[in-house]
Amino acid sequence: MNHLVILPILIPLLGAALSLFIEHRRYGPKVQRSVAWASMAALAVAVGLLFAQTSQGQISAYLLGDWPARLGIALVADGLAGWMLATTLLLAIACLLYACTGWDRRAPHFHALFQFQLVGLNGAFLTGDIFNLFVFFEVMLIASYGLLLSGGRGLRMRIGLHYVVFNVTASTLFLIALGMLYATLGSLNMAEIGQRIAELPPSHLKLAKAALGLLLLVFCSKAALLPMYLWLPESYARAPAAVAALFVIMTKVGLYSVLRVTSLWFDADAGAMSGYGSDWLLWAGIATLAVAALGALAATRMSVLVAYLVVVSAATLFIAFALGNAGTISAGLYYLPHSTFVAAALFLIADLMRRRRLQADRRRNHELVAVLPGKTVPGLLYLFAAVAVAGLPPLAGFLAKAALLQAVPQAHTGVVWAVVLGSSLLVIMGLVRTGIRLFWHVPGDDDAAPEPEPAEAPARPFETAAACLLLGYAVLMTVFAAPLMRQTDAIADQLLAPDQYLHDVRGTTPQVRQP
Amino acid sequence: MELALASAIGVLAGIGIYLLLRARSFDVILGMTFLSYATNLLIFSAGRPVIGKAPVLKDGVATSLAHYTDPLPQALVLTAIVIAFAMTAVSIVLAMRSRSDNHSDHVDAHEPELPADDAAKPGAGA
Repeated sequence: MNHLVILPILIPLLGAALSLFIEHRRYGPKVQRSVAWASMAALAVAVGLLFAQTSQGQISAYLLGDWPARLGIALVADGLAGWMLATTLLLAIACLLYACTGWDRRAPHFHALFQFQLVGLNGAFLTGDIFNLFVFFEVMLIASYGLLLSGGRGLRMRIGLHYVVFNVTASTLFLIALGMLYATLGSLNMAEIGQRIAELPPSHLKLAKAALGLLLLVFCSKAALLPMYLWLPESYARAPAAVAALFVIMTKVGLYSVLRVTSLWFDADAGAMSGYGSDWLLWAGIATLAVAALGALAATRMSVLVAYLVVVSAATLFIAFALGNAGTISAGLYYLPHSTFVAAALFLIADLMRRRRLQADRRRNHELVAVLPGKTVPGLLYLFAAVAVAGLPPLAGFLAKAALLQAVPQAHTGVVWAVVLGSSLLVIMGLVRTGIRLFWHVPGDDDAAPEPEPAEAPARPFETAAACLLLGYAVLMTVFAAPLMRQTDAIADQLLAPDQYLHDVRGTTPQVRQP
Repeated sequence: MELALASAIGVLAGIGIYLLLRARSFDVILGMTFLSYATNLLIFSAGRPVIGKAPVLKDGVATSLAHYTDPLPQALVLTAIVIAFAMTAVSIVLAMRSRSDNHSDHVDAHEPELPADDAAKPGAGA
């Protein structure tokens, strides 16, 4: 058995446990940070090796406790899982770099919670068992509650209550769906469920449809689809920058689950369940895209603007995945890491700007443009990130959107092209408007009052470096667009032919135990 | 027994949803608790409730499925109970903190009669 598959879960788990031991003040931040970075380095090696394996088209299943996959919990590393793991890793490196410049000392347990968040994320991408997916969702969410709330007070507590109540309710619905699924299908292994859905007797069909619909609803609520996105802008905008940047990947977990479930369960061989829900997802994605673009246009603070951009990218991905042919899925997979990195970079830039405005406000010299100290670097970063996130030419966002529009089937061309291009226009207008207000305007007169937090030194070099790193990923994705797109094509093909996944999961037999 | 179990789940879920939609954070947390009770019972019944049979192998009982109840939903429900319990504790702490910071146990942290801009004053930002 390939033990590499479980390492992306085990390494951060050990890192989190170690971080708890050395949290005491007498160890100081240096020890805590070196443990965090050591764990991150080990994780990078493991994910790198796993990515190299999965990108060869290899699917490896790992049987926990040596139980056969249909009885126990199996971890499965395929191309999609490797792709998501690599995205998470690259994002987490930049977030940790940003947090290590100061935030980690103000939020208690930051490093432990950060590592637990990585456990949840990696586990959700690797698991091949739907109940285990719920457990890793919970690990991820509970860590995110801690990251969002530690060091916060007042308004952030109110936002946190909304966030927690919404997510706990969604998790309860997840459990209800799982209970009904188990009752109708008698298995919780994803590959096994895919097999059994195709052979479902008509008498059970209605109940299975209800359970699967509920399951999709839960994933959509995590990924912020139209009626369920209201929790996102405020909670992301209020979260500390390093945490908000990491949270960008959390909406992508919902999208990942939708893609995994639809490709595995509702494929062409699924009989009555073939293509279940894809029309709904497509129209909801289109509506979300329109509303989120309007939200980005109406945002009064930069962090709210970025939060709406996260919704925009989730909606674009919903459209890509709901259309469900190899071209759109491949374009979506290429768009996913790019939009994640750029949105995270924008959260960091928003924080850099907010702190500079704070200092300018404190001096209270309402002079002209030059009062904002050192505005050139964040200004250039903002310009760069805005070009990337809006999907304007030279960068990867443009390539991804062009590939997506090209792959849209004939029947949907009109509406999808109109919405994707129209929303891009609105997003550009919102970004330009924010840029003008932030960089060309007299500071500190009309925006929402800056939050009275303790004074901090001007941007430390590592903070700018973290934002640069994220934008650097976007540049690299543009430079190496051809091999990456070949990779996403291969992943899309693998997803659209789930027989191989089924075969490999079922073919992995216990080594010691008799089945 | 099926009718009793099904109606218990239905009633609990109904209470839970009603309370969840109310505007006080305490009611909302109670609603979450009721909803999770309903869910736990539902998962438990997913393994087809049977009376007087054990979920683990016992000496002297034939090792065929007819003599045992499905053990998997019991393991699942245990996980669900633990998570729901912990989350209830977290939300109670959060609600209490929100109440003391914002001087209101309304879920929006201010009373609906007041104008919206009064809400920002007591908490003084996040």
